Amino acid sequence: MTAHYLASDNLFKRKDVVVITKAIMISGRTLAQGAGCESKMTQEYFQAVSICSFSEADYKSLVQAEEKNVLIRSRFGQAVLSARMDSGLPEGIIFIPMGPWANVLVGPDTGGCGMPQYKGVEVEVEATASKVLDIRALFSDIGRIEA
Amino acid sequence: MIVHEDVICSFCGCLCDDLTVEVEDNQVKRVKHSCRLGASKLMGHDRIKTPMIRQNGELTEVSYQEAYDKAAEILLRAKHPLLYGWASTVCEAQKKGILLAEEVGGILDSTATVCHGPSVIGIEEKGLAGATLGQVKNRADLLVFWGCNPAEAHPRHTLRYSSNVCGKFTSEGRKCKKVIVVDVRETRTSKNADKFIRLKPGSDYEVISALRMILSGKAEILPDEIGGVSKAELISLVELLKSAKFGALFFGLGVTHSRGRYKNIDNALSLIAELNAQTKFIIQPMRGHYNVAGIGQVAAWETGFPMAIDFSRGMPYFNPGETAACDVLARQDTDAALVIAADPASNFPRSVVEYLAKIPVIQIDPHENPTTFLADVVIPSAVAGIEAEGTAYRMDGMSLRVKKIVESSYPSDEEVVHNIIASVRRLRSNVIVEGGT
Repeated sequence: MTAHYLASDNLFKRKDVVVITKAIMISGRTLAQGAGCESKMTQEYFQAVSICSFSEADYKSLVQAEEKNVLIRSRFGQAVLSARMDSGLPEGIIFIPMGPWANVLVGPDTGGCGMPQYKGVEVEVEATASKVLDIRALFSDIGRIEA
Repeated sequence: MIVHEDVICSFCGCLCDDLTVEVEDNQVKRVKHSCRLGASKLMGHDRIKTPMIRQNGELTEVSYQEAYDKAAEILLRAKHPLLYGWASTVCEAQKKGILLAEEVGGILDSTATVCHGPSVIGIEEKGLAGATLGQVKNRADLLVFWGCNPAEAHPRHTLRYSSNVCGKFTSEGRKCKKVIVVDVRETRTSKNADKFIRLKPGSDYEVISALRMILSGKAEILPDEIGGVSKAELISLVELLKSAKFGALFFGLGVTHSRGRYKNIDNALSLIAELNAQTKFIIQPMRGHYNVAGIGQVAAWETGFPMAIDFSRGMPYFNPGETAACDVLARQDTDAALVIAADPASNFPRSVVEYLAKIPVIQIDPHENPTTFLADVVIPSAVAGIEAEGTAYRMDGMSLRVKKIVESSYPSDEEVVHNIIASVRRLRSNVIVEGGT
């Protein structure tokens, strides 16, 4: 079953043409993610991890001036993230710091060895006006807390 | 003010042992020589203040004994509990955890299964040509970083142990060393490289196989391009590897998290074994949490297996893919979870976390994190390496003693697990005495 983690459904009400790009998602460590991994309730952690990096060409083709967020969808789920440019990335590969936002896109299959495939996930990406969910909102539908 | 010298950092698998920490009024005021990650940990963050039990949807303050008893009750009621985490704590707590898992007939698994678990499986199959990081520092003249980015994940690795340090036989440091980075993207680590090789995602196995073929003289039957890399470039890479007097290949989650998983590691271990027919070469996983290597050691000497150990049969049983944390949760084959020194709500795939949210969860941790959102019992503990001492294993298998540098009112992880075991035994004996079931 595909999960939905959109802050709103505004995306689907837009009348303009939406550019959808296929990409390969890899998640991994960053310095800011590591520095914040024991203080996950902070704004610093949110800003460090709820982001997605694109190559320069992908960023320019996807991200409009007024919309800096992207909706990323895999066959396991979808998440809205804040877009960044990273000149070290080749076209067609996007990078998300490891954490709860990236893991919305990762499937449960472990290939018989206990390890989910956190890198190399096929995704679709489009610009969105939707907001990035904060960490409490991200878990509000499955946790035992109020958002 | 008290100045502690040679403090061991309890953040990552480097276990840097040269930190200076200034303590005043029982608080860490300043940390010298550490990286950003270590400083962040040692300076501290907001803490969970008291033990809590969820009542009517709200986490409510309770005594430690009430929390221990509730945790014991959950574990005793469960048919197949999962006891997960264990990487960011010391070996003494891990040893108690194995005893607890055995007593309640549960599964004990560590964060290695979503980190270097495939490396452990690959090493079990093939064996590992290893060395201490001291040997690497003093001897290695060629360093390969494959699918890892120490500049961000292990920031002092290159400065203390590998590419940028001066050693006994590498006295000119970076100048006398060759550095190769293999990755799918340019990183801060690749900026320090003499040679950067960019692979297509998920092609590690093919490229390692091509290197082995070139090494064994079968280059002519390879295609012109493998995994996005030209054959000519791979031939040149093999010549570079063979030219090393002492080579060291460090690999990270770029290899274990990608298609192929443990088979990538198996293949890389074979490559290194074959390189040793020509020169001296070692290989080593870049372990993440500071004592994730330790839980592998403790579990291996206590049970014979390094992780994903199921005690429900009355004896240790290990079959990753069946008994690993993500697998049992995805299969809904566990009915309670104890999480210690880890945050699976953040680090597991969402669909797996959705099931974790449906079963009783006990959390033992110094800090609030998304696993707290799912928890029914929350037990705050001391931060090992700052507020509690103990043994930890560096990524190369060296055991070191982390220090206690400030006093704390929180119990150590070892004490918490010990007290849950005591509650389990007491509740179980009460049931037997009362003739209950």
